[in-house]
Amino acid sequence: MEISGFTQEQLDVREAVSKICSKYPDEYWMEHDNSGEYPHDLHKDLAKDGWIGIALPEDLGGAGLGISEATMMLHTIAESGAGIAGAQSIHANVYATQPVAKFATPEQRRHMLPDLISGKTRTCFAVTEPNTGLETLKLRTFAKRDGDSYLISGQKIWISSAQVATKMVLLARTTALEDVKKPSEGLSLFFIDIDKAAPGIELKRIKKMGGRAIDANEVFFDNFRIPADTLIGKESQGFKIVLYGMNAERCLLAGEALGIGYAALKRATDYARERNIFGRPIGQNQGIQHPLASAYMHLEAAKLATYHAAKLYDNSGIDSSITQHAVGIACNSAKYLAAEAAFTACERAVLTHGGMGYAQEYHVERYLREVFVPRIAPVSREMIMNYIGEKALGLPRSY
Amino acid sequence: MSGLRILVPIKRVIDYAVKPRVNRAQTAVETANVKHSMNPFDELSIEEAVRLRERKVPVSEIVAFSAGPPKSQDILRTAMAMGADRGIHVVVEDKDPQLEPLGVAKLLKKVVDEQKSNLVILGKQSIDDDAAQTGQMLAGLLNWPQATQASKVQVEGETVTVTKEVDGGVETVRAKLPMIITTDLRLNEPRYASLPNIMKAKKKPLEKKTLKDYELDAAPRLKTIKVTEPPPRKGGVKVEDVDGMISKLKELGAL
Ligand SMILES: Cc1cc2nc3c(=O)[nH]c(=O)nc-3n(C[C@H](O)[C@H](O)[C@H](O)COP(=O)(O)OP(=O)(O)OC[C@H]3O[C@@H](n4cnc5c(N)ncnc54)[C@H](O)[C@@H]3O)c2cc1C
Repeated sequence: MEISGFTQEQLDVREAVSKICSKYPDEYWMEHDNSGEYPHDLHKDLAKDGWIGIALPEDLGGAGLGISEATMMLHTIAESGAGIAGAQSIHANVYATQPVAKFATPEQRRHMLPDLISGKTRTCFAVTEPNTGLETLKLRTFAKRDGDSYLISGQKIWISSAQVATKMVLLARTTALEDVKKPSEGLSLFFIDIDKAAPGIELKRIKKMGGRAIDANEVFFDNFRIPADTLIGKESQGFKIVLYGMNAERCLLAGEALGIGYAALKRATDYARERNIFGRPIGQNQGIQHPLASAYMHLEAAKLATYHAAKLYDNSGIDSSITQHAVGIACNSAKYLAAEAAFTACERAVLTHGGMGYAQEYHVERYLREVFVPRIAPVSREMIMNYIGEKALGLPRSY
Repeated sequence: MSGLRILVPIKRVIDYAVKPRVNRAQTAVETANVKHSMNPFDELSIEEAVRLRERKVPVSEIVAFSAGPPKSQDILRTAMAMGADRGIHVVVEDKDPQLEPLGVAKLLKKVVDEQKSNLVILGKQSIDDDAAQTGQMLAGLLNWPQATQASKVQVEGETVTVTKEVDGGVETVRAKLPMIITTDLRLNEPRYASLPNIMKAKKKPLEKKTLKDYELDAAPRLKTIKVTEPPPRKGGVKVEDVDGMISKLKELGAL
């Protein structure tokens, strides 16, 4: 990757985080992918040195940097060989806390965030539901007010790291769909404790294709009681609030995709340089070289889109000429471009390795399995096309 | 005594993990577009200085010093993020004549005088030239005691006890301040700079100077004739058994 053009902060982050990650080489991630054991160590090391709070306010123990730096952090983690799995062991703590830091009361922030920054607690992020999928505004999990509490009932799916997290950023409905005026109303955001031994909550782990060290779960709520003061911001404003975290998430996922893409490309080029067949390095054949050259250019272009989006996200708070409309388009585009560029890089890395690309020992098959995640989540390629068609091009809404 | 005034000279070198390549003109190792970092032995020096302070040895100041291109300020920031209090950067552009160990030692002597340092901790060598001379020359110029290749450092009042790595074991030496120490790999394990400390380091003072400020004549005394890569290692041969190995060694004249 070409690193000129990054800010000194970003370069410092890259340098420092890659040092920490060097303790956890590809073999570490391969073993955890095989055993399914959660990679707690990386989170612990990063928390110890203050990295979880990279984009959280200084008065809470964070570093007060932006998503531009946090994206570089996740990018660096993924590029170290930790891949999407390694990044997933960290990222919800970075993006899901953005709306909490912005919209919670001072009292709530003090109560909720310092322990998370120090690594004592971890959070997961629960939006997706089995029956509504990408149609987030139709989600059904309901939070019913009951005195000083809410009672949560419903079902979430694909909730990453819920087995190891004790906190959850939860999007739930506080007004029934039939009773809202605008579909974006009626949802509320909560930052809750999830004590899995408590009545009314149950988790079921999903077996999956890649990132197998990071649990993904179905979560069942049945009158699960949460204190009313876990509501972030106003009731019914949850969707607007959570968007603030979602655009940040798009940037981080884009960074993670870039990281795994560059890692795959590096392995591919190293192998192409060293593997001699027909009396010369396979990388001397244009049939091998050109696809890798193209993968490089696409990654570089996606890199520019990604850090541009992160910059817009960060600056939108201080520069009123940057609209949320522009931020949304930039963040979604970046996630799409980075995920596709990374997928191409990973696929070509496998093919460049020939048979060895299929062997675990060369790691690129693991990258390829993991790189599907940024293509699918948190929003699919098709939904981004829908969104860009409507919002950027002004075409009739198709979804 | 008001406390140790520690000077830690550090150098920006090609990262230890990079495979160095000789430039086409065979005059030097290629440095353009190559990852650089702090000389690993210098990380040990900074770490040791910071640990002395953490062990409650009275330390009034830790100054990190580097002579090198503008980019050397990155490693000075790293040193400050690890715990040095401030930095001094003597800017030596890549196009300027490069300093030799004796030139660096002369420069350091002036810095020691200026900063009133009473302990200088240097890496035993820097991994680019592997000269392993600067600490010793500085000790000579200052006429201070030196303990090279330290694997353990203890300070009690004015007395410094250093365990040194020597062939076949360790040697323990003792001297009174002021003194020079050079560090070896087993001395400590350098910390990673934490994020809050990286942020704090940006606010620590970093003074920029030139060789002129120190009125130093550092004209090179050595001329590099040619730089070449070591010849590639030839592949080995496999032998069947011990007898086969012995006869092979005889055949090669090694026995
Ligand atoms: C590994 C992993 C981790 C995850 N972690 C989390 C997490 O921590 N928290 C969380 O809340 N969620 C998480 N998710 C969920 C993820 O965000 C969703 O899977 C994703 O948003 C897609 O939703 P869905 O699976 O319900 O797909 P669906 O909505 O069922 O869509 C299925 C397919 O149909 C397409 N489609 C649907 N509607 C349209 C349309 N109108 N036009 C064109 N195409 C359409 C989609 O693009 C997609 O290809 C995770 C998912 C994975 C795979």
